[in-house]
Amino acid sequence: MTESQPTDGFKAVSFITSSFIKIKPLLSFVSMLAMTFFGLLLLTFVIGRLMPTDPVIAMIGDKAPEALYQKTYIEMGLDKPVVVQFFYYLGGVLQGDLGTSVRTANLVSDDILNYFPATLELATLATIFGVLFGVPFGVLAAVRQNQWPDYLVRFLGLIGHSAPIFWLAMMGIVLFYQHLDWVAAPEGRLSVVYEYTLVKVTNMVLIDTLIAGDWGAFKDAFAHIILPASLLSYYSIAYLSRMTRSFMLDQLQQEYVITARVKGVSEFSIVWRHALGNAWVPLVTVIALTYATLLEGSVLTEIVFSWPGLGRYITDGLLAADMNAVLGGTIVVGAVFIFLNLASDLLYKVLDPRAR
Amino acid sequence: MKLFFNKARHLVGIAGLALSLTATAVHAQTPKDALVVGWQFDDIITLDTAEVFEFSGAEITGNTYDRLIGYDPEDVSKIFGVAAQSWSISDDGKTFTFKMRPGIKFSSGNVMSAEDAAFSLQRAIILDKSPAFILSQFGFSADNVKDKIKAVGANTLTITTDKAYAPTFVLYCLTATIASIVDKKEVLSHEVDGDMGYAWLRTHYAGSGPYEISQWKPSEIVVLTANADYWGGAPAMKNIFIRHIGESSVQQLLLEKGDIDIARNLETEQLKSVANNDQIKLLKKGKGTLYYLSMNLKDPILAKPQVQEALKYLIDYKGLEQTVWAGRGQVQQAFLPKGFLGALEEQPFSLNVEKAKSLLKEAGYADGFEMELIVRNASIRIDTAKSIQTTFAKAGIKVKLIPMDGKQVLTVYRARKHQLFFGGWGPDYQDPHTNADTFAKNLDNSDGAKSKPVAWRNAYAPKLMSKDTRAAVLESDASKRAKMYLAIQRAHQQDAPFAFIMQEQEVAGLRSNIEGFILGPSFDSNSYKNVVKK
Repeated sequence: MTESQPTDGFKAVSFITSSFIKIKPLLSFVSMLAMTFFGLLLLTFVIGRLMPTDPVIAMIGDKAPEALYQKTYIEMGLDKPVVVQFFYYLGGVLQGDLGTSVRTANLVSDDILNYFPATLELATLATIFGVLFGVPFGVLAAVRQNQWPDYLVRFLGLIGHSAPIFWLAMMGIVLFYQHLDWVAAPEGRLSVVYEYTLVKVTNMVLIDTLIAGDWGAFKDAFAHIILPASLLSYYSIAYLSRMTRSFMLDQLQQEYVITARVKGVSEFSIVWRHALGNAWVPLVTVIALTYATLLEGSVLTEIVFSWPGLGRYITDGLLAADMNAVLGGTIVVGAVFIFLNLASDLLYKVLDPRAR
Repeated sequence: MKLFFNKARHLVGIAGLALSLTATAVHAQTPKDALVVGWQFDDIITLDTAEVFEFSGAEITGNTYDRLIGYDPEDVSKIFGVAAQSWSISDDGKTFTFKMRPGIKFSSGNVMSAEDAAFSLQRAIILDKSPAFILSQFGFSADNVKDKIKAVGANTLTITTDKAYAPTFVLYCLTATIASIVDKKEVLSHEVDGDMGYAWLRTHYAGSGPYEISQWKPSEIVVLTANADYWGGAPAMKNIFIRHIGESSVQQLLLEKGDIDIARNLETEQLKSVANNDQIKLLKKGKGTLYYLSMNLKDPILAKPQVQEALKYLIDYKGLEQTVWAGRGQVQQAFLPKGFLGALEEQPFSLNVEKAKSLLKEAGYADGFEMELIVRNASIRIDTAKSIQTTFAKAGIKVKLIPMDGKQVLTVYRARKHQLFFGGWGPDYQDPHTNADTFAKNLDNSDGAKSKPVAWRNAYAPKLMSKDTRAAVLESDASKRAKMYLAIQRAHQQDAPFAFIMQEQEVAGLRSNIEGFILGPSFDSNSYKNVVKK
């Protein structure tokens, strides 16, 4: 027994050490995550406090008597140092309490569950369109380099990059809604006949209409989302086609392509299977970042199409000094970026065996 | 290359499928038994009538709750009972006794009694939210309100004020949103930690009006459902769908296509654009909101009376009415809007650059000066401010415009950190005291004052006028009272650092088949109750 003690102790230490080595990446990841969120919240909180808007006026309006102003000022904790206010908020977040929105009178967590799916649905469809059209256009441009298809794709891409989204949206509405009657009114996600009656399960109306088995509502939802999603996707198409073209040009100059051609492999197989197969690796990161940008940056589109999304929620919250709403939204956006970065890293390893 | 075309065909096929999905869904007209309204209502932050103080919230609660008293939107001097069938006033002018209208039911099915009315008014005082001063100015506090406002039996309510105020002043305050009657049983059933149901009522409904609030999604949609048992008769429209359409140009497109029945926020250019469309008609109504330029007397230049007067002569009132405000405003140069008891309609000021120059010379500023003007970042306000900038420049005054978000402007204004301010003010109720109390009364001009009316924000503290304002609110004879307000306004017009410019006119674009929509002088009197589709 006395002899075995050192051995057991050694085994125990060895077990702890090996376990630590195994979970070290996980601990490192968790601490990185915590630091990222902490930094994000701190930065947003400070920016919010630097905004020249009185949060008390934002809450009670400018007509409230001075006594009520003073009472609310203290109730909101504004008499305390900013650092203390921040840590009070952080304490709430750690307990899962994101607070209540001044503007909507709802819990911020409830608001996010309402607004984020609307943005998620729009951005996802826009990204799908972006990949479906942007990647083939990029391949076409690379294969026909310095020929008219290449010029056309690059020209259209240039417009997609440089045209203001607000202007594009208004032009799209005038053309496709006012004149051609192809799409539904820019009034939100559903016509009033469905807006009130549809049971929201996921808060993504395309999915909810399918769950409800209401084909008419699904068509209505599609008619509402197709234009804003297409306009948003124009940006993705423009960016993805340019990036795909660049990656493809790089791949098409590789020696394995020449070897394949010498071996008599079909041009289709060379372009779509081998070259594009390798180009997908960097493309995945580009797609993930484009998707993340759309998830937090479609404010103007949401305004023009009366789309109740997260971008508008955060922007309106910032202008109204509704800091709980802004910080809650920021956490979601941060989480989205982190998740998509992780997902693209994983996909990178799946697509490229050298990275495993 | 063929392969690429095959791919392209697939893409075209997908696009075709997408279009076919949309093809049958785009011709949705508004339902026959429902009204669809496009409106910017992102200012609604609560549905609790003890807290609602925003224009949009007031309109929603105005259509969904009953109050003791109402007034005719076409003639506000005509006051009548709503939830109160009749009322009387004691000889000393302090006690108001209301007999409740029998047979009013809340949406819960509960019958309204005097206890509900007493509870609603008591609750507003105890919760002490932003609009509570409308009632507490009669001497009510959380400590005494249950004695001062009480039910005497099932159908009688008494309200006892601390002084004998002008009766119409008290009655008009009871027409305000904060005096809406809530269902006591229903509200208290949702009480948490003694909050009198506040947390629940912020997002729920407990009223008895012609419509019920079925759904409110902030900045998205408000759904009102007709109250089939309404004591005044069920409304024709089964539902009112109010959609938040932030862009006024989009509202115009939706109205033209028939996807909405009413557009509430058409701008000047859009109004011109739809004026010749025979499918659309315009409904106009003078609102109580006044737009004015104010001068902070803490600034040594603006503190000079000649400078204040000069600036009043450097505004192109008529030009603004005809261009920037075309159809959306009328010149009004006093602190009471037209339609109010004792409103002064004299317009002594017009653009007169020579007179302004001579006044500036007298003040020692013959070469003008530089000044900052803060203004909310909204098109009609910015355009008005630009016009002021242009006309001020004719007398050598260089104005630097500082556009800000609405709440940022109010932050600066309330802190008295501005020089010039251009903005609007809407009355809280239909009695002249509402504006007199804020523009003509300031009893303590110190930075730490307990009361900070608009006069204080501009460091204007007229002693005599403050006294006259307090006297006017106690005058029970309406004609004498009107004369008192006329005198106060005349003095204010000459003496105060305010240039009142425009009284807002609300304009709504309606499809030609819509009848019965009423725009009242305040947002809580805009009514959907009588709307029909022809």
